[in-house]
Amino acid sequence: MALMVVKFDLKKRVKLAQTVWFMYWFAVLAGILVLSLGLFFKIELRKRSELMDNNESHFLPNLLILMGLIACGINAFGGKVCYDSLDPVKFAKWKPMLKYFLVFCVCFNGLLLLTSLLCFLMRIPLQFTLAEGIKNGMRYYKDTDTPGRCYMKRTLDLMQMEFRCCGNDNFRDWFEIQWVSNRYLDFSAKEVKDRIGSNVDGQYLMDGVPFSCCNPSSPRPCIQYQMTNNSAHYSYDHYTEELNVWKKGCRDALLSYYGGIMNTIGALVVLVTMLEVAVTVGLQYVNSSLSTLANPEEVESESEGYLLEKTVKETFTDIMAKMKAMGKGGKVEEGGEEAVATVS
Amino acid sequence: MVLLKMKFNQQRRVRLAQGLWLLSWLAVMCGAFIFCLGVYLKTELLRRNEVMENTEIHVVPNILMLVGLASIGTNWVATRVCQDSLDASRFPRWKVLLLAWFVVAALLCCLLLAVVVLSYVLQGRLEESLKVGLRNGIRFYKDTDVPGRCFQKETIDRLQMEFRCCGNNNFKDWFEVQWVSGRFLDYTAQEVKDRIRSNVDGRYLLDGVPFSCCNPASPRPCLQYHLTDNRAHFNYDYLSEDLNLYSRGCRQALTDYYMGLMNSTGPGVLSVILIQISVILSLRYLQTAVEGAMALENPEGDSEGYILEKGVKETFEEVKVKVLTMIKLAQVDPEGVPDEAEAEKAADTAAEKAASPTPAS
Repeated sequence: MALMVVKFDLKKRVKLAQTVWFMYWFAVLAGILVLSLGLFFKIELRKRSELMDNNESHFLPNLLILMGLIACGINAFGGKVCYDSLDPVKFAKWKPMLKYFLVFCVCFNGLLLLTSLLCFLMRIPLQFTLAEGIKNGMRYYKDTDTPGRCYMKRTLDLMQMEFRCCGNDNFRDWFEIQWVSNRYLDFSAKEVKDRIGSNVDGQYLMDGVPFSCCNPSSPRPCIQYQMTNNSAHYSYDHYTEELNVWKKGCRDALLSYYGGIMNTIGALVVLVTMLEVAVTVGLQYVNSSLSTLANPEEVESESEGYLLEKTVKETFTDIMAKMKAMGKGGKVEEGGEEAVATVS
Repeated sequence: MVLLKMKFNQQRRVRLAQGLWLLSWLAVMCGAFIFCLGVYLKTELLRRNEVMENTEIHVVPNILMLVGLASIGTNWVATRVCQDSLDASRFPRWKVLLLAWFVVAALLCCLLLAVVVLSYVLQGRLEESLKVGLRNGIRFYKDTDVPGRCFQKETIDRLQMEFRCCGNNNFKDWFEVQWVSGRFLDYTAQEVKDRIRSNVDGRYLLDGVPFSCCNPASPRPCLQYHLTDNRAHFNYDYLSEDLNLYSRGCRQALTDYYMGLMNSTGPGVLSVILIQISVILSLRYLQTAVEGAMALENPEGDSEGYILEKGVKETFEEVKVKVLTMIKLAQVDPEGVPDEAEAEKAADTAAEKAASPTPAS
């Protein structure tokens, strides 16, 4: 007993083929959309790869690009098959491979769903990559004379200004590293000698942040240096000062930015998956309605279209039996196994 | 003598109508494009409204939006005329409208040309407006507690960071203004008292700039204060340091930005003018060819299409005579027609005829 049988006369078949052809063109556009989303994400990751230690995984955007290309290909092919389905002569040449094509489509749809799931899950490894990358970036902030790192200062400054963030977790991260290059420190001055002597590594640490941490919404000119010293500035209390520098950490800011992109891409890929499932079901109905024609030359007759030739349970048992038979292909067959394989 | 005569048989008339229908829809899209361009330009100008003193430059996007909307309507009418042109029963009702259509379409072309010219001419006024606006913004930078001015600091800071500029002409503009609010000055400190006494107005002036002037491309951490004092910073020479702050003034930066925007829209506007002119010419040919065919005994026969029935000079004289008669009818006194009104009307119609160029002549 077939699954979800629908009766088709000629008019209904024509209408079905036309609708499915139309939907296939939308699906091609959807494939292009997935491709461009993958490209966009790849470019966004590349733009800030310095902040991720050049270590970020391009697996997801590459997968999206591949899926987009395959989707375009199979949707264009499916559209052509639908277009030819109205002409029995043309359709006859596609008939043999249609079954395998449909199985391939079903597998592809499963992969597409998996991709959308990955989009939501990739946030977690990204978090660790970002934390490492920003920490190292901050360490190399002062190395504007070291080849390979000379642009780190500009990259970090521009990032802090654009994403309105400061430091890794918060602005205090800048207190723990030396971000002023030795070229600009007067080692004969007492203040410099004190600070260098105050810690084990001999680093010039200070309670100050770079200018890119400053918040333009603050009512007073930005206080960058001696931030924890209330007496250094008039009418200043560093515990209650909220608007002076950005409060958010850059790891959180970048994570929410990329997280937003990935969530949007994931949602769009789910929608594309639904469209793909719809066109696959449509093509299955077109195929089954044309193959159950009693007399292929008599186009006007009625036929039935179905989703699965047998019920779900029977189809599943069939597949399992086929796989078992394939597995035992080389051995001498017993009579019992043959009987199981031919149950219908 | 007819101007630019062309023979049209039935098939050519049909082809012309179909081609013109497509061209008119293209012109409708172009009208929509012009409108969107105007909206975009206006939005960009409004975003920086606070640093501009007057809104004279807004005439450019306003005209663009107006012309865009009018062009959509006009060209849509042209598509309707094309659809009806091959139907002898429906075409006559458009006859009356067509002269007005030509006038309106020519006017739109003139307005678009005017926009291109204006966008160059108004550059000076834009600079003046920015100069005054920025000067005020810098003066009111410290007034973050005065209602109406409390956002000047944020506006100027964001402007300097986004356009990578500092001050009005350059960063020294900040030396002449007190940009630190009195609320954050310790008036008992000796340094503050010295600075306030050092100038006539009693302002706290310093050789320092706000943080938004800092250039991220500088190899050393930003130096904002004591800029003219070489001894205040290690390994620092005020005269040779060029990467520390942005060297460009904000007036120059903003003018360049807006001029760049308007220049890049120039080619688009010029091509829209060309498309509109070709629609006008094609519609004129269609009108004359179809009218000629309807006057024949056999409507499917050959007819002639032309741009002007008589030569340019003769048409001009005819129009002038018509206009004079109209003015005379309106007046009780047959003599003494006001010269200005006559010349103006003649000039208008001459402009309409001149707007359709004659490439072959």
